[in-house]
Amino acid sequence: MFKLGKIENVAGPVIVGKDMLGSQMYELVKIGDVGLIGEIIRIEGARATIQVYEETTGIKPGEKIERTGKPLSVDLGPGIIGQTYDGIQRPLPVIKELYGDFIERGINVSALDRKKKWKFIPTQKKNWKVQSGDIIGTVEETSLVKHRILVPPGVVGTILSIVDEGEYTVDDEICIIETTSGKKSAKLAHTWPVRTLRPFKRKIPSDTPLITGQRIIDFLFPIAKGGTAAIPGGFGTGKTVMQHQLAQWADADIIVYVGCGERGNEMAEVLERFPQLKDPRSGESLMARTILIANTSNMPIAAREASVYTGITISEYFRDMGYDVALMADSTSRWAEALREISGRLEEMPGEEGYPAYLASRLAEFYERSGRVDVLGSESKLGSVSVVGAVSPPGSDFSEPVTQNTLRIVKVFWALDKALAERRHFPAISWLTSYSLYFDSLQQWYQKNIAEDWVELRREAMQILQRDEELREIVMLVGPDALSESQRVTLEAARMLKEDFLVQSAVHPIDSYCPLNKSYNMIKIIMRFYRGMLGAIEKGIPLQRVIELPVKDEIARMKIQAPEDFDSFSSEFLQKIDVEFTELTSQIISA
Amino acid sequence: MSTIVGREYSTISKIAGPLLFVNAIKGVGYGEVAKITTPDGDERRGQVLEVGENIAVVQVFEGTSGLDVTATSVSFSGETVRLPVSSDMLGRVFDGSGEPIDGGPKIIPEEYLDVHGAPINPYSRDYPRDFIQTGISTVDGMNTLVRGQKLPIFSGSGLPHNTIVAQIARQAKVRGTDEPFTTVFGAMGITADEAQFFKEDFEKQGAFEHVTLFVNLAEDPAIERILTPRIALTAAEFFAHKLGMHVLVILTDMTNYCEALREISAAREEVPGRRGYPGYMYTDLSTIYERAGRTHGSKGSVTQMPILTMPHDDMTHPIPDLTGYITEGQIIVDRGLYRRGLYPPIDVSPSLSRLMKEGIGKERTREDHREVADQLYYAYAEGRGFRDLVAVVGEEALSSRDRMYLRFADTFETKFVSQGLYEDRSIEETLDLGWELLANLPESELKRIDPETIKIYHPRYKGKT
Repeated sequence: MFKLGKIENVAGPVIVGKDMLGSQMYELVKIGDVGLIGEIIRIEGARATIQVYEETTGIKPGEKIERTGKPLSVDLGPGIIGQTYDGIQRPLPVIKELYGDFIERGINVSALDRKKKWKFIPTQKKNWKVQSGDIIGTVEETSLVKHRILVPPGVVGTILSIVDEGEYTVDDEICIIETTSGKKSAKLAHTWPVRTLRPFKRKIPSDTPLITGQRIIDFLFPIAKGGTAAIPGGFGTGKTVMQHQLAQWADADIIVYVGCGERGNEMAEVLERFPQLKDPRSGESLMARTILIANTSNMPIAAREASVYTGITISEYFRDMGYDVALMADSTSRWAEALREISGRLEEMPGEEGYPAYLASRLAEFYERSGRVDVLGSESKLGSVSVVGAVSPPGSDFSEPVTQNTLRIVKVFWALDKALAERRHFPAISWLTSYSLYFDSLQQWYQKNIAEDWVELRREAMQILQRDEELREIVMLVGPDALSESQRVTLEAARMLKEDFLVQSAVHPIDSYCPLNKSYNMIKIIMRFYRGMLGAIEKGIPLQRVIELPVKDEIARMKIQAPEDFDSFSSEFLQKIDVEFTELTSQIISA
Repeated sequence: MSTIVGREYSTISKIAGPLLFVNAIKGVGYGEVAKITTPDGDERRGQVLEVGENIAVVQVFEGTSGLDVTATSVSFSGETVRLPVSSDMLGRVFDGSGEPIDGGPKIIPEEYLDVHGAPINPYSRDYPRDFIQTGISTVDGMNTLVRGQKLPIFSGSGLPHNTIVAQIARQAKVRGTDEPFTTVFGAMGITADEAQFFKEDFEKQGAFEHVTLFVNLAEDPAIERILTPRIALTAAEFFAHKLGMHVLVILTDMTNYCEALREISAAREEVPGRRGYPGYMYTDLSTIYERAGRTHGSKGSVTQMPILTMPHDDMTHPIPDLTGYITEGQIIVDRGLYRRGLYPPIDVSPSLSRLMKEGIGKERTREDHREVADQLYYAYAEGRGFRDLVAVVGEEALSSRDRMYLRFADTFETKFVSQGLYEDRSIEETLDLGWELLANLPESELKRIDPETIKIYHPRYKGKT
C-alpha cells in the first residue's frame, strides 16, 4: 500500500494532488471517494499533476488520491477479439449490462472475462528451453483467430512444468519457467504498459501490399503491410467511410479500430454492421478478427488521449504472435486536440495553433510503433502493424500542424478533396496530390502476383490523369474549341478512368470490394478503349462517333460485374471493343 | 460536509468578465452550483469552473455587472446544475436557465436531472434509420434526415433559416406511424422578433402544445447561453428516454453559444485556439451535439437541428467547421440562391446527410431513392460546372451535351429546389419530380441508375409494362 495523497486543485480533467512524494510519471491513480481513474503527467516535489479519465464534476479539494504503483496498462489475453472497449480498455458491453445506456463514473470492470474458460493446447514440453516470444500453446479464440500464448517479454529459461490440454481461465497458471532470476509463471493473459513499446528482434522492410479492395488505393497509391498512411480531409469528404472500408476489407489478420473523439452513431454503425459482414477470404464474420476501441467525442478527453496507445499496444501484442495487424485511428486530430487541451490546462508554453511543442514527437512515436518486424522467439516469425490515421484539418486546410507533422512521418498520403466529395465522387481521394512511397518496393510483388504490365498500366493511367488536369486549365482559359481531337481523347479517357474506375461505391454489395484481379482487368479494358480511340481519330473518325459506341456504356457498368467470373468476362469484353472499333472504321471508310 | 453547504462567503478577491474569484472556501466541489447575492439583495446563479484548497473560480450565468468585492456574497449548494423536469413542461415557455416565463404555474418536478447529462455508451446506441419526412425536397430527396440524427443548418445573417426550420418543425413526421414529434426549442441570444416569429408560427399551426421553448434573448446575459442548450437537451432527454417520445430539438443560434464560450475562456486567460476560440471548443460542442441519438433501452429518440449563422458566410470559420466534424452532415443555406429569389435556398452540393444511406431505400422511402439522388447530384454538379465556363467563353462554345447539363442545373433549381412555404411534398412526389427532371437527359447519361430501375420509374416506361 502506498501513502494516500490529497487533492489540492480541480480544473476540468486536470487535478493537482499533494503529499504524492515517490509517485512516478504515468503512474495510475484513483481519485476521490468515487475512485476516478487518472494518470500522473507532471511531478513537482510532493505535488503531482494528474489527468483524469472521467468527468470530475463534484470532486473536492481534500479528497484522497490512491496510488497504484503501476502505469496505465492493458490486459492482453484471450477474450480481446470482437470486444468493444473504451479508451482505457473497459469493455463497453459489460458497462452497459451493469450500468445501463449511459456511462457513469468510477466504473471498475476487468478488460477480460475472468471466469470464462478457454481451451488451451500446449505446444511445449517439460524441460524444453524457451525464450520470450516462443509459443507455449494456443487458444482458438474465434473462428478466424488462433490466439498464440507466448512466453512474456523478458523471460528466458527452461520449462519446469506445463499444464495438459484443457480448459483454463486467463488467471490460471499454465506454465512455470525456471530462469536465471528465479521461477516465472505464465498465464493465458498478462498486462503491458500502453506507453511502452513491445520489444522485437528487428524491423524488416515490407515488400507485400496490404490489399484493401479499394481500386484507387490498390492500383494507384498502395500501402505496404507494416506501413503507415494518413487520410486528411475536411468534414464530409469521407474519412470515416474510408476507414470503415479498410477495416472491412483489408487483408490483415487482425483489425484494431480506434474511434478516437468521433461520433457515437458511427461506432454504433460499425457495431451493427461488422458482425453481419463476411470476411471476403474466409467467409466468417468480420467481428471475429476485429477489436473496437470507442472513445467518442463526448467521452472524457484524457481517455481519448490514451485510446490510441491502448489500440497500438493491442496491435503489437497480436503482431508478436506473427500476425499482420492493421490499426485504423479515426481521428488523430482529436487525439492531438486532447494533447492540446491537457497541455493548456498545464499552462505549458504553446507551439503552433496552441498545440504543445511536443506534438510532432508524440505523433512520430505513435506512427513509429508500426512496421513489419521479425518478432521475438527462437524461430523466425514475421508480424506487422500497419497504421492508417485519419486527420481532420480545421477548415480543410492541410497546412495546419497535425496534418503537416503527420505527413513528415507517414509514407502514404491519401488526400481527400472537398470538390470531389461535393460532386459525390467517392472515394474522394485526389489522384493529383496523393502519393505512396511504397509503390517502388511493391512493384515486384504486383508483377509477380498479378501481372507483368501492372506497373506500366499504372504509369499510363497516371499520365492521362495528369494531362487531363493540364488540358482542363486550358479549357477554362480559352474554351473547349481550342482542343485538338487527340487532346479530347485524353479528356475522354480521363473521364472514363475517373467515372468507371476510380469511383467506387462503399454501399454497393459488389462494388464495395474489388479484388486486385478485377481492378487489373478493368484498367486493361479502359486502356484498350483508349488505344481504340487514338487509333480511330488517326484514321479521321470523329470522336463523337467513338463515344457513341455501345460498348462504352457497358464499360461504365463493369464495376458491378461479379468478380468471380470477371476473367472470362473481361477477355470477351476486350474482343468486343476490338470488334466495335473495326466495324466503326469500316462503316466510316465505306461511307 | 453538509454543514458547510449554504455557508455564505463574502471573500471575493477578484472579478474578471463573467468570473468571480472566491477566497477562503472549504468543501466546494468542481462544477457545483453557486448562489450569488448582489449588493442589492438580488440572487444570481453561477457554477464552479476551478477549485483549489483556498480559492474557487465561479462563472456567473447572469453576468457580473453590479457585483463588487465587498458587499457581494456567495454560497455553494453542494450540487451540480440540475433541472427539475416533469411531463407538465410540454408546451411551456421557459427562460434560458429553465424558469417558466409564460405566466403559468411553477413546475412540480418529477425528477431533478444533471443538465450536463452522461455520455451514451456507444455500445448502447441504436443506429438511426427511421426516415423523417420534412416535406422539403432538398432535404428529403437529397439530404435525408433520420430519427436520432444531428443535422445542423449552416446559414448566414439575413438568410431565411428560421422560416425553413419552422417549416420543418411544422411538417416533420415519421410515415406509417402516428408517433408524434414533440419539439424542444432552445434559443440562445436571438432577438425578441425572432422569438416572436417562432411563437406565432407554432401557435398558428395549433402546434403549440407540442413545442417547449427555452429562450435566452439577445438582451439576456451571454453567460446564461452556456446553460440554455444543455437545459433544453436535458428536458428533451427526459421526454425521450423517460416518457418514450420522439423529440426534435432545434437550437438557435449556436454561433451565439460559441461567442459566450469564447468570452469565458478569455476571462480565464486560457491559451486560445483558432481565432480566439478555446482549444476545447470541439469537445464542448460535442457534449451538446452527441446528446442526439437513440438507445436500445429507450423507445424515444432525440433528433437535433442546430442552426448556426456562419460569420461572413465562411464555412471554414471554427464554429461551422467544428460543428461539421461532430454532426452527421449539414444543410447549407446559400446566399446566391436566396438572392435569385429561390425558397428554400438550400444548396445541395455542399450539403450532406451522413445517415441518409441507411434511412432510405426499399421499405423506408423507395428503392430508387439512392440512385435518383446520386444521379441528380451528378447532373447538377456537372451543369453548375459549366456555368463558370459560360461566363468566360460564352454558351456557344459549349457542346450540345454541355448545354443540356447547363439547362438541367437551371430547371433543377427552379423546379426541385424551389417550393412553397406551406408546400409539404411527400417523398414520392419528390422522387417523381426528380425523375421528371432526369427524363430531360438521354438515358445513356443516367449512369448512376441501374437499367432495371430505369425500366420501372423512368417516366417513359412508368406504368407501361
